[in-house]
Amino acid sequence: MRSTRAVELSTGLFVLLGFAALFFLVTQITNRQLSLNDSYEVYAHFENIGSLKPGAAVSIAGVTVGRVESIVFDQQIYKAVVRMRINSRYDKIPVDSDASIMTSGLLGGQYIGITVGGADEYLKDGDQIEFVQDALVLENLINQLVATFSRRGEQTQETEQ
Amino acid sequence: MTLLRELLDSLRSFVATVGAVALFFVRVLGQIPRALLRPGLIVEQVYNAGALSLVIIMTCGLFVGMVLGLQGYDLLQRFGSEDALGTGSALALIKELGPVVTALLFAGRAGTALASEIGLMRATDQLAAMEMMAVDPFRRVVAPRFLGGCIAVPLLTMIFISIGIFGVQLIGVQQLGVDAAAFWSQMRASVDVSDVMEGVIKGCVFGVACSLIAVYEGYTATPTAEGVGRATTRTVVISAVLTLLLDYMLTAAML
Amino acid sequence: MALAQEPHIALPETAAIIEIRDVHYSVGNRAIFSGLNLSIPRGRITAIMGPSGTGKTTLLRLITGQIKPQRGQILFDGVDVTRLSVRDLYALRRRMGMLFQNGALLTDLDVFENVAFPLREHTKLPEALIRHIVLTKLQAVGLRGAARLMPAELSGGMARRVALARAMATDPDLLIYDEPFTGLDPISMGMIVRLVRQMHNALGITSIVVSHDVEELSQLADVGFIIAGGKVAAQGTFSQLKNAESEIVHQFVNGLADGPVPFHYPAPDYYEQLLA
Repeated sequence: MRSTRAVELSTGLFVLLGFAALFFLVTQITNRQLSLNDSYEVYAHFENIGSLKPGAAVSIAGVTVGRVESIVFDQQIYKAVVRMRINSRYDKIPVDSDASIMTSGLLGGQYIGITVGGADEYLKDGDQIEFVQDALVLENLINQLVATFSRRGEQTQETEQ
Repeated sequence: MTLLRELLDSLRSFVATVGAVALFFVRVLGQIPRALLRPGLIVEQVYNAGALSLVIIMTCGLFVGMVLGLQGYDLLQRFGSEDALGTGSALALIKELGPVVTALLFAGRAGTALASEIGLMRATDQLAAMEMMAVDPFRRVVAPRFLGGCIAVPLLTMIFISIGIFGVQLIGVQQLGVDAAAFWSQMRASVDVSDVMEGVIKGCVFGVACSLIAVYEGYTATPTAEGVGRATTRTVVISAVLTLLLDYMLTAAML
Repeated sequence: MALAQEPHIALPETAAIIEIRDVHYSVGNRAIFSGLNLSIPRGRITAIMGPSGTGKTTLLRLITGQIKPQRGQILFDGVDVTRLSVRDLYALRRRMGMLFQNGALLTDLDVFENVAFPLREHTKLPEALIRHIVLTKLQAVGLRGAARLMPAELSGGMARRVALARAMATDPDLLIYDEPFTGLDPISMGMIVRLVRQMHNALGITSIVVSHDVEELSQLADVGFIIAGGKVAAQGTFSQLKNAESEIVHQFVNGLADGPVPFHYPAPDYYEQLLA
């Protein structure tokens, strides 16, 4: 029979290893979620959010400063309301900043990129970001391209004539 | 007509088995407070179910991670998105492969050991002897083993995932040359604490399910060599099916 | 613990410790007992005998409350075992010790821990006292030297002696032996017979021995019951049993190959089957 002491020792090692793994996963693999205490919420209205999901990053100059908290459709104004939670460390974002929905890489998800404006006033909890740019929808893009090309085609025909 | 009757019969026996397992579960739960008074017994079972499964879990985790590294790289480089390897494989490991493969390995390694141990205790009158000594086998035998499994599986899952990510990194970054900074930063950017929690929840649920099946099959085994053998086989089969079924349900619920 | 419970000493020696009244028990459609009546005297060694498959072990399981009869009463010291809650039943069982056919030692504990098991489960005795009790019990069965062996390392006879020490650990009022002689060599068998006698003589414990070894039992037991066909076929001292009129008792006690228990298992006619 294995002595109780040895059993306890290896069980202890096993349990510690398990918790160490959990700690590793939570701290090293994940982007720790901003705790609600030291963050503030702003929102923006978009015509089209593309495939933006709650939990997506909000970034300035490529640095993640917050996350998308919720996305709902507002029937009064027929727009999507995107609520974002931003870390309080970043409390000097001008009110006239511009929020646009961007795509990271070909397979990457969509995120919100904030382009800093020039006002002296800063966004605070509950504010709205007025300037927005909707998601690029591939179909619209293609339609525009097609339209442009066909118009140009007509023009060339006209000049030839 | 006879086919219908047979179907009805097997349906009825299935429902009866589900009921029996549920009642068994309630009985185990009822004895847990008293089992907790003897932490030494639980430690012993965490050792049996967890510490003794560590080697197989770590080996399998490493290989699963390495395969993910190879396959993931092969797939992603077609789109020029090798940098997403960290994200993709970490999510796959945390949400699916880690909990599921750990549960399957646990059922094969520790579940069968539990079932055959309890079955043999029944076959050699040890459980009856305990009852005669006024010791409830549910408190002394079943509950500590059940708890040991429930504690061990989530921990094993976390270890499996960590080793797996190390394996992905080993192949992807060290061998195939994915940029290490991109690998880790993309992974960090898109994996959330809630994803890890999903893995933990799955690990806990699978731990409860597989441990319950193992102790139930052992406890209700026909007390013969053949009966105990059948109980261990059933433990693996039922645990595997139940794990995958629960996995689907949990995934659907948490996505 | 039983040590504290002394009132039974004051009772008359002849009072029955167990009364079985009109017990009916069947498994599926097979009736095992149909109207069994039996009373086991206090402070004696009682033998329960019968051909294989007459439900001797089932009777023990009924007495100890492991199974419940469909009808009838089983009184242990006046308490109906069949009506007890699990908690009361467990309390009652602390006054009983049972020796299983193969000892039923807990395979993950060594000999010492096996004997200490009921003490550790039911009492909060200090370790030194447990050690003292366990070594005393092991000394009584002659296995003090084997205290650190695992059950797998014991012979059949040794395992049964350890089991006896374990059954004795809590000083029960009633000791039940299920087939204690099966599969033992003559030496081990002699040891067990001697131990059962000693336990009885030294401690005045009531003993029930279930077996079909008529020879051993006739040396050991004070009274005997022969069970056949779901009822008590004969009862009394061994000389009374040997002279019983019942055919089945005659066949059983004298070990005859043919009788009410037929040599041939029921089969179609021999010649017809051969010629078919």
